[in-house]
Amino acid sequence: MMQITEGSHAVADAVRLCRPQVIAAYPITPQTHIVEALADMVADCELDAEYLTVDNELSALSACIGASAAGSRTYSATTSQGLALMFEVCFNAAGMRLPIVMSIANRALGAPLSIWNDQQDSISLRDSGWLQFYAEDNQEATDLHYLAYRVAEDHSVLLPAFVCFDGFILSHTYEPIDTLSQEDIDRFLPKFSPYERLDAADPISFGMYATPEYYLEFRYEMDRALKESKAIIEKRGKEFGQMFGRDYSAMVEGYRLEDADTAIVAMGSICGTTKDAIDEMREEGKKVGLLKIRVFRPFPTEDLARALAHVQRVAVLDKNISLGAKGAVALEVKDALYGSGIPVKGYVIGLGGRDVRKKDIKAIVGLIGKGQGDMFYGLRTEVL
Amino acid sequence: MSLAVGCRARPGKARDNKTGSWRVFKPVFGKEKCTLCGLCMTLCPEGCVHETEEGFITPDYTYCKGCGICAQECPGEAIEMKQEEK
Repeated sequence: MMQITEGSHAVADAVRLCRPQVIAAYPITPQTHIVEALADMVADCELDAEYLTVDNELSALSACIGASAAGSRTYSATTSQGLALMFEVCFNAAGMRLPIVMSIANRALGAPLSIWNDQQDSISLRDSGWLQFYAEDNQEATDLHYLAYRVAEDHSVLLPAFVCFDGFILSHTYEPIDTLSQEDIDRFLPKFSPYERLDAADPISFGMYATPEYYLEFRYEMDRALKESKAIIEKRGKEFGQMFGRDYSAMVEGYRLEDADTAIVAMGSICGTTKDAIDEMREEGKKVGLLKIRVFRPFPTEDLARALAHVQRVAVLDKNISLGAKGAVALEVKDALYGSGIPVKGYVIGLGGRDVRKKDIKAIVGLIGKGQGDMFYGLRTEVL
Repeated sequence: MSLAVGCRARPGKARDNKTGSWRVFKPVFGKEKCTLCGLCMTLCPEGCVHETEEGFITPDYTYCKGCGICAQECPGEAIEMKQEEK
């Protein structure tokens, strides 16, 4: 059924259909509407879950770790500073192999304080072992929650997952959403079956210490599980497509890329703007295409290299900056295309909510045509 | 033995942890100077110093971490800390 819904409310509704048993979250802009809506659902008995009001985000994710270890399907949501406060326990959740799903309404990190969108928050946790999905629109944001639980809880994966969607740009925007029914989701997402769980009758500890003889191997196992999750994403994404008509088997998705000489690589809501810009450039005869990255962790290195093998140049749009180096996506794309001879340039754009328009995308295509890149795009040089 | 997923473990005993692998310096007990006062047995934080059937005092090197407290406290200076080659 199609409904015009605010992004946050659509995500909250998708989470409800996933039947989480424990929700622990702390409100923070622009994630607030998600957790407010979920609190209402629990209070109104529309969702049979334990809703824990905690004193901060560190407590929120810590509570989720305990609940997940006890065998509950567990959910949280946060952004920016809240995610930064969870830094320590993010690594613990992954290391203990607990399939928690958390929505990230992407927002810039302070200082300086900014409540607006970029993707620095989740990107900064790229090494933590969480799966990272990025949504282009609110339909995708809702669907990726179903997929995230299905993949994370697979016993060959057992890793937590972020579902990232751009703060305000998506979270506070009303869009038509094809809402699925409880019966639909129950068919796709079976009851949570924990691999092992806390049980007083059969005591077990999670995340014990590892001496130097073992730690390296534990990290290797996490890396292997994350890389092997690619096959599970493909399988479950395809299954979702067969059931509901929206196929998420591909971790990267091309748009007018088949005959393109210039490819733009992007992630998140900016892909929509980029598609519109590409349509206009195509009318002018410019052969430009988009490769959208839907899954950033595990990084689809081989898929990306295959999809871009025929292009002459690649422009990567990064809504983040690994300070002192480059945008994180550009670094990955350069790695994936290393040795191919295809020039790759990165453009750091839209940080802290700076609007990215079609004219900006076109200007970047112009820049890469001249071989200029690996730069911040749109700097107001008069204030520097 | 393969790794437990998520480094999970059942309850166990400290005895399962063979802490002897941590050792850099090894306490070597000298028979000549030892008066069998037993202070090293009392003070060993690992509780691994014990009396042998022959009536001599020795640490269990499976668990001795090489902390050196026994050597420091021995009134007869009978214990020498020697660097261990592994």
